[in-house]
Amino acid sequence: MTVVAEGEAKAATEPGPAPLIEARRLTRVLPGTVPVTLVRDIDLSIQAGEFVAITGPSGSGKSSLLYLLGLLDLPTSGEVLIEGEPTHLLSERRRAAIRLSTLGFVFQFHFLLPEFTITDNVMIPMRKLGRLPARQMRERARGLLADLGLGDHLEKRPDQLSGGQRQRVAVARALANEPPAILADEPTGSLDSRSSEQVFEILRALVDDHRKTVIAVTHDLDMAARMDRRLHLVDGMLADP
Amino acid sequence: MPLILSIALTHVRGRLRQSIVSVLGVMLGVGFSIAMAALMQGSQEDFIATLVDAMPHVEVSDEVRDPAPPPAARFYGAVNVIGARPDDDTRGLRNPARLRAMLDSWLPGRMTMTLAGQAVLRYGGRDVAVSLTGVDPASYLRVSTIGDDMRSGSFMELAANLNGIVVGDGVAEKLGARLGDTISASTSSGGVRRLKIVGLYHTGITQADDATAYAMLKTAQVLFARPDVVNRISVKLDDINAARSVAARIERMTGYRATSWQEANESLMEVLVVRNVIMYTVVGAILLVAGFGIFTIVSTIVHEKARDIAILKSLGFGQGDIRRIFLIEGLVIGAAGSVLGSVLGYLITLGLGAVTFEVRTNVEMTSLPLTYSPLHYLIASGFALLSAGIAGYMPARRAAKLNPVEIVRGAS
Ligand SMILES: Nc1ncnc2c1ncn2[C@@H]1O[C@H](COP(=O)(O)OP(=O)(O)OP(=O)(O)O)[C@@H](O)[C@H]1O
Ligand SMILES: [Mg+2]
Repeated sequence: MTVVAEGEAKAATEPGPAPLIEARRLTRVLPGTVPVTLVRDIDLSIQAGEFVAITGPSGSGKSSLLYLLGLLDLPTSGEVLIEGEPTHLLSERRRAAIRLSTLGFVFQFHFLLPEFTITDNVMIPMRKLGRLPARQMRERARGLLADLGLGDHLEKRPDQLSGGQRQRVAVARALANEPPAILADEPTGSLDSRSSEQVFEILRALVDDHRKTVIAVTHDLDMAARMDRRLHLVDGMLADP
Repeated sequence: MPLILSIALTHVRGRLRQSIVSVLGVMLGVGFSIAMAALMQGSQEDFIATLVDAMPHVEVSDEVRDPAPPPAARFYGAVNVIGARPDDDTRGLRNPARLRAMLDSWLPGRMTMTLAGQAVLRYGGRDVAVSLTGVDPASYLRVSTIGDDMRSGSFMELAANLNGIVVGDGVAEKLGARLGDTISASTSSGGVRRLKIVGLYHTGITQADDATAYAMLKTAQVLFARPDVVNRISVKLDDINAARSVAARIERMTGYRATSWQEANESLMEVLVVRNVIMYTVVGAILLVAGFGIFTIVSTIVHEKARDIAILKSLGFGQGDIRRIFLIEGLVIGAAGSVLGSVLGYLITLGLGAVTFEVRTNVEMTSLPLTYSPLHYLIASGFALLSAGIAGYMPARRAAKLNPVEIVRGAS
């Protein structure tokens, strides 16, 4: 398989800091009478500050790859390294802790907790981490939401917002603990073009202004073209686009 | 408020009506358990008090628990002696003064020594066979309730009159004698004495009223031709629960058989144990049903909140955190039910205490015997929390094991 990405060759030769996320011969097979291979033999490494698109036809394994990179799923063979640390032998608790502090997820569906205000939703990862005093958590959550254009809705609950607004809340929540990496699975998939553009600009700004790493699965080839690097999946394997 | 607690509470609030039903289930279970325990223990204590009040707590009799081997066995080394019979004349507790001295120093209660035997009372040509007990009236009254049962005359009259006798009202009626009449008493050992009736009692127990009588210990010893012998020591203890150990100690010291009230009423005590087992079974069943209610609601919430569980996991919650959330939900319902149930139990107990009714044999109104004990509340609440914990833990474990990938994929 070939990985098509600018900068890949450079990263391989230059002994710099460990890649933020690295996959080695990553394979995930669903057991069963007819085993289903979700992804096969994926090798890739993503540096801090990259804006990576994962593209491919429906059913090609894009989501599956993202879940593996985000430690939400365990590979059948191969391994994922986060900041150089192998993760396949870590305890469930330890992997949860890495998700909490190092990775932020955004899904196609926003998955906000319906009973909490959007500010409280954004505060949940902070409270779980418990690094800040309660007052600062609230201030930070409000600040994140205001930055994403939701300053007028801070005390609303998710069902009082539009789809695009909810998705921006989900982005704010993913950013709550200032993780170096954001993993997004079709974050604009359920949004109209105006909202999609807004969310894309936010992700773009995260990379450009805050040196975050963003890995986004997308169907939208125009959008993928505007990202820094594209990984193309066909039948669970990396391929030329 | 801790994060997982606030998440748990929103879940319970989201299913408020069902949660309230579960809380009510636990409340009823705890409330009825408490009221039932109050009634059961109350009636048991009342029963024991009535029983124990009317009898000595420890009774020392002129028997030995393991009869000494007959002299033939001791002197001739016989393996088995057939047809040996203890000599009735030699029976009795010898040297009462020595026995009294032995016990007086440590006994945590009062004691009295008596000599009882069969006698025939005669008056105006009528004979009545009675069990005649020779007593020291002052110490006897401190051990027995007979003083409360006197209908006429007085038990203490005996002390002033060596030739006095106190008889049951049934005995007097059968004899046709009245207070102040002089009757004659005779025994099989040939003693005959003319005694004046100085008191009549009515205990309500036919056997006692129709066939017992009391005289001075000295008088009885003369009538039975057993000078300086008693055949029974009756003990009333300050703490009735010490009876077993006191009885054992007396037996060790004196060699005579000492029977505690528990031993004397062993079969009754067994009935009480059975009653308690039945009670705890019923309480357990109620709380089991309440536990099912909790299990159902927490399972429903787990099912309903599968997406939330998936997102919490993706945010970095571990299995332990998820398990705790749903376990807390079960415990919150259990705790609310326990608190409300304790209040309910107290109110039911108060209500039961206010009920009065007439018992045919008694003129006064009687109310239910109840015991208020914090232990009942602790036990009922403890059991409720335990059952809530188990009921919450099972769905909580399932929630913790949910695979977020399947849920996230299914929802996208
Ligand atoms: N639980 C499952 N049982 C059987 N097959 C599954 C299961 N989950 C996923 N698959 C299959 O695995 C393959 C990869 O799925 P995945 O969701 O990763 O694809 P995708 O590229 O994200 O598709 P889409 O663009 O539609 O979201 C698909 O062919 C899918 O049908
Ligand atoms: Mg997908």
